[in-house]
Amino acid sequence: MVNVTMTVNGKSVTAALDPRTLLSQFVREHMRLTGTHVGCDTSQCGACVVHMDGKAVKACTVLAVQADGRDILTIEGLADGSELHPMQAAFREHHGLQCGFCTPGMIMTAVDLVNRMGSDLDEETIRHELEGNICRCTGYHNIVRAVEAGAKAMTGGEVRQAAE
Amino acid sequence: MTTTGIGAAVRRKEDQRFITGSGRYTDDLARPGQAHAYFLRSPHAHASIRSIDAAAALAMPGVLAVLTGEDLAKDNIGGLICGWMIHSKDGSPMKAGAHPALAQGKVRYVGDHVAVVIAETLSQARDAAEAISVDYEVLPAIAETAKARTSNVVVHDIASDNTAFEWHLGDKAATEAAFARAKHVTKLDIVNNRLAPNAIETRAAIGEYDMGTDTYTLYTTSQNPHVARLVLSAFIGIAPENKLRVIAPDVGGGFGSKISIYSEETVCTWASKKVGRPVKWTSDRTEAFLSDSHGRDHVSQAELALDENGKILAMRVHTTANLGAYMRLFGSVTPTYLYAPLLSGCYDIPAIYVEVDGVYTNTAPTDAYRGAGRPEAAFVVERLIEVAAREIGMDPARFRRRNYIKRFPHQTPIIMNYDIGDYSASLEKALEIADYKNFNKRRRESARRGKLRGIGFSSYIEACGIAPSAAVGSLGAGVGLWESAEVRVNPTGSIEVLTGSHSHGQGHETTFAQLVCERLGVGIDQVNIVHGDTDKVQFGMGTYGSRSGAVGMSAITKAIDKVIEKGKKVAAYAMEASEKDIEFKDGKFSVAGTDKSLGFADVALQAYVAHKFSGQDLEPGLKEGAFYDPTNFTFPAGVHICEVEIDPDTGVTKIDRFTAVDDFGVVINPMIVEGQVHGGIAQGVGQALLENAIYDESGQLVTASYMDYTMPRAEDLPSFHVGMTVTPCPSNPLGIKGCGEAGAIAAPPAVINAITDAIGHEDIAMPATPQAVWRAIRKAKMPMAAE
Amino acid sequence: MYAFEYHRPANVRQAAALLQKAEDAKLVAGGHTLIPTMKQRLASPASLIDLGGMSELRGIEKKGRAVVIGAMTTHAEVAASDEVREAIPALAELAALIGDPAVRHRGTIGGSVANNDPAADYPAACLALGATIITNKRKIAADDFFTGMFDTALEEGEIITKVSFPVPGKAAYAKFRNPASRYALAGVFVCKRGSEIRVAVTGAGADGVFRWLEAEQALATRFAAKSLDGMSAPVEMMNSDIHADADYRAHLVGVMARRAVQAATGR
Repeated sequence: MVNVTMTVNGKSVTAALDPRTLLSQFVREHMRLTGTHVGCDTSQCGACVVHMDGKAVKACTVLAVQADGRDILTIEGLADGSELHPMQAAFREHHGLQCGFCTPGMIMTAVDLVNRMGSDLDEETIRHELEGNICRCTGYHNIVRAVEAGAKAMTGGEVRQAAE
Repeated sequence: MTTTGIGAAVRRKEDQRFITGSGRYTDDLARPGQAHAYFLRSPHAHASIRSIDAAAALAMPGVLAVLTGEDLAKDNIGGLICGWMIHSKDGSPMKAGAHPALAQGKVRYVGDHVAVVIAETLSQARDAAEAISVDYEVLPAIAETAKARTSNVVVHDIASDNTAFEWHLGDKAATEAAFARAKHVTKLDIVNNRLAPNAIETRAAIGEYDMGTDTYTLYTTSQNPHVARLVLSAFIGIAPENKLRVIAPDVGGGFGSKISIYSEETVCTWASKKVGRPVKWTSDRTEAFLSDSHGRDHVSQAELALDENGKILAMRVHTTANLGAYMRLFGSVTPTYLYAPLLSGCYDIPAIYVEVDGVYTNTAPTDAYRGAGRPEAAFVVERLIEVAAREIGMDPARFRRRNYIKRFPHQTPIIMNYDIGDYSASLEKALEIADYKNFNKRRRESARRGKLRGIGFSSYIEACGIAPSAAVGSLGAGVGLWESAEVRVNPTGSIEVLTGSHSHGQGHETTFAQLVCERLGVGIDQVNIVHGDTDKVQFGMGTYGSRSGAVGMSAITKAIDKVIEKGKKVAAYAMEASEKDIEFKDGKFSVAGTDKSLGFADVALQAYVAHKFSGQDLEPGLKEGAFYDPTNFTFPAGVHICEVEIDPDTGVTKIDRFTAVDDFGVVINPMIVEGQVHGGIAQGVGQALLENAIYDESGQLVTASYMDYTMPRAEDLPSFHVGMTVTPCPSNPLGIKGCGEAGAIAAPPAVINAITDAIGHEDIAMPATPQAVWRAIRKAKMPMAAE
Repeated sequence: MYAFEYHRPANVRQAAALLQKAEDAKLVAGGHTLIPTMKQRLASPASLIDLGGMSELRGIEKKGRAVVIGAMTTHAEVAASDEVREAIPALAELAALIGDPAVRHRGTIGGSVANNDPAADYPAACLALGATIITNKRKIAADDFFTGMFDTALEEGEIITKVSFPVPGKAAYAKFRNPASRYALAGVFVCKRGSEIRVAVTGAGADGVFRWLEAEQALATRFAAKSLDGMSAPVEMMNSDIHADADYRAHLVGVMARRAVQAATGR
């Protein structure tokens, strides 16, 4: 067992862990934060994306011990209380999700994308930057719209209301 | 149209939990005291099991049990079933090989279930599984569809030529006569590639036995929890239905792969009593590739006969359909009744004859996968049509117009009776959105940049809303295919709708609520949709085949009508008027010709307080149920147009524009319907360009992870241009046809027709990977050097 | 995953000592190859020595006519580095093509070079740019370092600390991705430094990264894409699998080489 301390969604957590515990297992099983999903074994699908020290990482390919001393943000910590994060709101507004399983990773990746590249994102850039996240339901069309709008909203703009 | 009623793009009610990470999928559940199951799977495609020695495994830390097929047999647990009886053309019933949940004597594909280890942790279970010693006698294997019938390998003893059925449909003599007088015959050899469904949530199950009540609960990733319970009770024999509760909570995509009743959920449920603990299993992605039902895998020879005016006279198709190692729930019907009756397409074809041989191989079982039979049919039809048009030198749009069915109802020569449609309307709209008239300009512009541009059409039709129970019964279905609903009005006027449909991405919590808003005039927040729990919903047939709108919502409509009828009675007592004078409109019960009225909530309260009527005259309460049995299939149809640009240096195909115009009848929520179209197209494009489940000659699955199986990513796809035309469906009360599979059905032929247009010949198979396209281009350039 | 002992030494010296002492130990850098392999139970080290958190292994420095990159520097850091983008833009572009954004936040140059996956990108850059792999013990020229797929000149107890890339005259990388895995199906790095031309190929070769000498000779006459017209890599040297057979890979190497030269000359 190895002692691990990290901050998860703003709270400090300490646990004694089997070193083979993955970060995804730690948040899901130990912290019962089940919004971080696991969809593959090879770090391709991106359902498990969380932020580690502000950067998107695939939690299924990080050992929890490697996150010792780090700051972890999961989908559950993204909203400000009952106030949705603009990227979450944009996914709902633009129907950027269907079954919802890839959605937490998709949103965490999108937020990271805006953090890195700003809000002025064209479609080609968004599609390229989503290459580590697989969605089987939406065909990505509305995810691209959602990320576009969420990016603008994150930097002060409003989430554009889609035409009804 | 109200802002929340039928036709409104209401934002989804279910999204709040999904975007905040508070959805509850099966693997998110942790039952108190749960143990973990790990399945030891066959590494061989085909082998006899001489013995299994689990002694070492049983002695390992944390191990609670190691169970095998022998233990299943001892407990009289039956095998997994196929739910549809197909008869061969000679009248004999299909040969269904026994399918035990854990192997009994033989394994028949890589990933087949040999034993289960149940332990305190998953790591312990997996460690112990490695300590099980299995003595296999490895047998030769057959994986290839086209060679299954002539192979010396015998997958099931009851089918010595690996043929489960030799089925046919249509009039052979009339078809042959038509071919004999044809002016032109178009012939194609077609392979419909095998796909892995790949819902991003892998399958999972938790079985739990309660000793105090002698009941089981199964939490599972199912598209049809009631069917799962029925099968587990009536056929597999785990427990009577009243002692078994099946809960399918949030489910992360299905696409057909979560219809079947699988080994893992069977074993977890059964074993939970044996070990006295909840037993949990979650598939990893490689297990999903190995053991989830695959889709497609047909090899066909298809011919189309034309007269001198370009009118179609007849079609003839022979298909070999790979069933895999066993027939799963819809394994037999997918390549027969869900496929062949759609081969008339949107066209007036006087004679059709189809033969389908269903063959066993040492591969994962195939079953319904988004479209289930109809994509295979649309691919045959739309490739034949496009190639025929090219061969006779007619514009493919014109050729289609000439042969479209124009009068309805239309009886095809192969079962289906099309109730309504307007295929030309979809075509004209699609041509306009796709800017077809300027295509040649774009092609020249591409050529200047050294690129090849092509355009391809797909004028598909499908059959949804499966289906009149008597009809499917006569065709061999083991169940009826109606749907049930219950509308429970609470005393304060809020409403719960219990439905036998199941939502795993389709947005039923929103669209079904929209129907209730429209009909009962209540706010959308007043309505909750309840599904996925056999203890709450009485029965249901589940969600597949784009049936939840046409069938599931029709059942809700019937129940709502009954609520209104009952409400009128209550209102009549409450307002001291005659029942026949009560009108219901916009959420109000009013007395005709007066200004007296009561709101819906007031009437609900009156129904429950029951102060204004005697219980002898009218039952208190406001709750109604309904079963709806469809009167016909529904026939969504449309035209998809794909335009590609190919880099001849690398063979990379870029989809430059993709247009979809669909006629789904009445649309409840256009935002959700368009989303379904987008997702379907992506899966269709995946089949056409990227995806392929490949077995090598020894029966090993070579593409068993995302490192080797190419999933469509955002970069592989363009934004889609989606349009609609509407002919309301006359066969159900809402006019709905269904939209869930259209894209996956329509897209593959559109993409391949575009690629073959670009490269100038027809010889390319799916998936048209860069390597395949590059090779096809070289072949076109150097016909003599073709391999 | 099998059980293992976890160590997080404070510096390279301690890591090397642990590596000597511990039975069947493996170093973990970003872990993006090792952890999936361990999850699939295809690797089972008894001890894992985590190089994370050693600041001495991180960072990018311009040293004279070379860019020196710490072994634990992530792909994202290389891709975004002003020093790299200015001195060797091709290297920054290569880093930006590895995996996906989340993978690039964890994966490291040292890990990639030490693993020498036959389809990894960095080995091509090292070989074409004539990099020097610096370890806790010595300096190894890239030409001597990559010794066949998943094989390197690293000895037991040796830890890569830095990779030094001499600044080229002109360089570029063109990659044709495996559509499923995002690794290179054929990746070609071309570099011109004075009269020296080096063309390194990854992803395509049957035995890992290699220098395509015929292309180097053709480019020595004139460093232009045209010089490679009609050329493809030797088929007998190519890998063949479900994604691409040897013919197609050989052809792709030619196409990617031309595109890389075009990009290099167009800068």
